[in-house]
Amino acid sequence: MEATLRQTWAFLFRGWHITRRYIGWVIVFNFYALVTSATVALIGVAEKNYQLTLTLVVGALLWNYLSWLYQEIAMSIAYERWEGTLEYTFMAPVSRAVHLLGVSLYSLLNSIVTSVIVLVGLMLFTDLNLRGANLPGVLVVLAVSTVAFVGLGLFAAIFPVMSAERGAEATHIFQGSLLLVSGVYYPIEVLPGWLQPLSKISPATYTLSACRKLFGVGNSESTAEHLAGAPLSAVSHELLVLALMGVILLPLGLLVFVRIEAWAKKTGKLKRTG
Amino acid sequence: MQQPAIQVRNLRKSFRKRNGFRKKTELWAIDDVSFHVAQGETYGLLGPNGSGKSSLIRVLSTLLIADSGYVEMLGFTLPEQAEQVRRIIGRVSVDAAFYKKLSARENLLYTALLYGQNARQAERRVMRILEQLGMENTKFSTPLEEMSRGMQQKISIARALMINPPLLLLDEPTTGLDPKSRRDVQLFLEDLQSREGTTILLTTHDMAEAERLCARIGFLAHGRLVAEGTAAQLIHRASAATLDDAFIRLTGEELVEEEPTVYADCPV
Repeated sequence: MEATLRQTWAFLFRGWHITRRYIGWVIVFNFYALVTSATVALIGVAEKNYQLTLTLVVGALLWNYLSWLYQEIAMSIAYERWEGTLEYTFMAPVSRAVHLLGVSLYSLLNSIVTSVIVLVGLMLFTDLNLRGANLPGVLVVLAVSTVAFVGLGLFAAIFPVMSAERGAEATHIFQGSLLLVSGVYYPIEVLPGWLQPLSKISPATYTLSACRKLFGVGNSESTAEHLAGAPLSAVSHELLVLALMGVILLPLGLLVFVRIEAWAKKTGKLKRTG
Repeated sequence: MQQPAIQVRNLRKSFRKRNGFRKKTELWAIDDVSFHVAQGETYGLLGPNGSGKSSLIRVLSTLLIADSGYVEMLGFTLPEQAEQVRRIIGRVSVDAAFYKKLSARENLLYTALLYGQNARQAERRVMRILEQLGMENTKFSTPLEEMSRGMQQKISIARALMINPPLLLLDEPTTGLDPKSRRDVQLFLEDLQSREGTTILLTTHDMAEAERLCARIGFLAHGRLVAEGTAAQLIHRASAATLDDAFIRLTGEELVEEEPTVYADCPV
């Protein structure tokens, strides 16, 4: 047990020191996340429509959290491929579950920090009043959807294992597709009919739908001064779907990762030298 | 009789390479290779680039799964008992793969934690190893990217030894090093072998290094082990004057040392 805790800590230790050494880029990425979110949210401000502003703010905030979580997990494997250290991680007597759990924990911490920065920034830009929003309910939905998104991150992490060059590109295509179909900034009904079924299998769709209800978006009782956030019971359907997705995606993502690792070892796709 | 530390029998590994749209050719990286390494022995594998040395080390390191054959390492078979094998091996590859922005200390502590070790104890052990390798303590906090290749390779050796492995797999550990660093590493390996009785499998281009460090040597060419024995036996068998000549006569090839090159997605 002690050894397992140390192994989990290894990934947090590594992540912290890499963040420290690349602090310039970390600031740039967070600045960019804040600016792109504010740019989108200001469309609602320009329209003088607090409901539209709130819709965009919730979309920007949640997308930042979920996409950072997903991206950090997937890209941590890509980063190991670029540095050549993935072989050494695979050679260490650490189970893949502990390895990916450690990576996911650090990614989660990173995502929370970025989300807080974006939230504070958006509040400064939009002057939104969140009184009346069911914020504890939002945290519950985020906690449940985190499991599903960690599972998706594990799925995406297989691409860098399969190819050092193409893997990172594939994770971004996958991430872009999620942004397109999940109704982050617009209702999914505006998507072409042939794309709409895809939104049903994205956990982000249910996270956004639930959180918007909990913030009071679309509720006729909501006003600019006081939002009418729905109770948690109003999003039980979304919570159930998200929990189900988490229960399926997390172990499945781990299983697929282990299978792809074995495939890479059979085909010699792991980086080699000399 | 003591069981060998490493037993390899009829090991085969091929890679498929695409030639054109639908054509695929099969290249044998390891072709029916058998050898054993006794406990506490230093065994050298010599071969030109592309002869299968690295592929063989990668199979033994659990990073590559062979097509067929039998591999046993201190009683554990591969690939079935890869988890146990990972606990008894240390590996140094030709390229010192590290998080280049992190310091030597941070990289090594990360490895210690990854192996479930107490970080403080591991740090003390690493300091001793680096001292023996002729490295100054002050360099310990320097980012790896600011270190010379020789220093990086010494850190790489310290990483492999910090878990105190009974089996050490060294894939061209001195390639590209300056003469002093090369000598430091060779002296350290000699000392380690005599002091700890560590079993060492070493691949190298350097005939003098093989003669100096290895009790027995195997010649690899085109994935096949074409000759095996002590340096003196190989020279005698080839009726040659030097190990270099023996290698050329027995394999029909010459050894050319190259700077380490990193290939991604290129298995052969």
